[in-house]
Amino acid sequence: MATLHPKLSEELSQTTVSSTQSIKLKIKRSNPNVNSDEKFDDFVVPIEKWTTVLDALLDVKSHLDHSVGIRYSCRQASCGSCGMKINGKPGLACFTKISELNSDTITVEPMDNYPVVRDLAVNFDRMINNHKKVMPYVIREDSEIDAESGVREFLQSPENVEKYIQFSSCIKCGLCNSACPTMAMDKTFVGPQALAQAYRYIADDRDKGKNKRLKVIDESHGIWRCHFAGSCSQVCPKGVDPAMGIQLLRGYLLGIRD
Amino acid sequence: MMVLRESVIMKIHYGSAIGALFLTVIHIMMRMTQDFHESLEYENVIANYESIGYAILLELLLILISVHGFNGLRVILLEMNQGPTYEKLVTIGCLAGMVALIAYGSRTIIMTNLGMV
Repeated sequence: MATLHPKLSEELSQTTVSSTQSIKLKIKRSNPNVNSDEKFDDFVVPIEKWTTVLDALLDVKSHLDHSVGIRYSCRQASCGSCGMKINGKPGLACFTKISELNSDTITVEPMDNYPVVRDLAVNFDRMINNHKKVMPYVIREDSEIDAESGVREFLQSPENVEKYIQFSSCIKCGLCNSACPTMAMDKTFVGPQALAQAYRYIADDRDKGKNKRLKVIDESHGIWRCHFAGSCSQVCPKGVDPAMGIQLLRGYLLGIRD
Repeated sequence: MMVLRESVIMKIHYGSAIGALFLTVIHIMMRMTQDFHESLEYENVIANYESIGYAILLELLLILISVHGFNGLRVILLEMNQGPTYEKLVTIGCLAGMVALIAYGSRTIIMTNLGMV
């Protein structure tokens, strides 16, 4: 029998609920800045068929416990802020409908492979640093702004865009790194997010920084430590396939691709 | 520490796996020319080593499997822990292990081939 939060009975009586359904939301609580204690707090939350995990968490924050630590922003799977482990699987809270989970109990935990800031919020420093390391921008000597001819465009054919377009959808939510088994073992592994972005710019025919990027990822904790588990691609909410990007990058390094 | 780029090491890793697989197939096919228990008899084992062609095959197999195996071990150990000193120790240890195994195996093959056993 789960222990209900002390405020629950009081708050439930004050909340107007149109829903006839409810679920139990188990939230993992911790604050490493204070102590190493970890616990789960249980809340009963009313749901509709369109209620997302983020809606349920915000319901808890509004009515039951204001202190739940969570990072969120856009609520439409664009900002990549609300990544967390939902019933054991990494996902965006705003993009996961409770009705699709087919469970009366929803367990939410912070993403694996990141240090916890508090409760469900994690520290992204490692991912951002690795992302910066692969130089996620077009590198070339000349510019679109030319002193003599004014502004010009670097044109691309639809075929060229097709080579990398799916990798441009990355929202840096960090779910791929969270699902990666190598990230869990190897603290210096560059990670699927950064590798997918390295491929995105190398495959871009406007870019001239291929050799620089390949040098960054071709080291002892770089691309070769990927075991091709494929979990990064499984959890991506934007349909990016980092595992494929990694295999294509290996093609460049093995001399199979130009 | 690393003299070779990781991509070069991995090309050697994949190449040695393919080479070792190919030679192992030949080795197994050679074993099929006689019964299994016969192939393990002392005289037959010595006869294999004394055949120059077979001795070269065994030497190549030894080198390829040692290179592949010790690099695989290096990769596993690098994943289990990180840090410059640890990585240096792992790399040197695996290289030393590989050289030692090849040297010991080669000694056996050469000595037997020359009839010193």
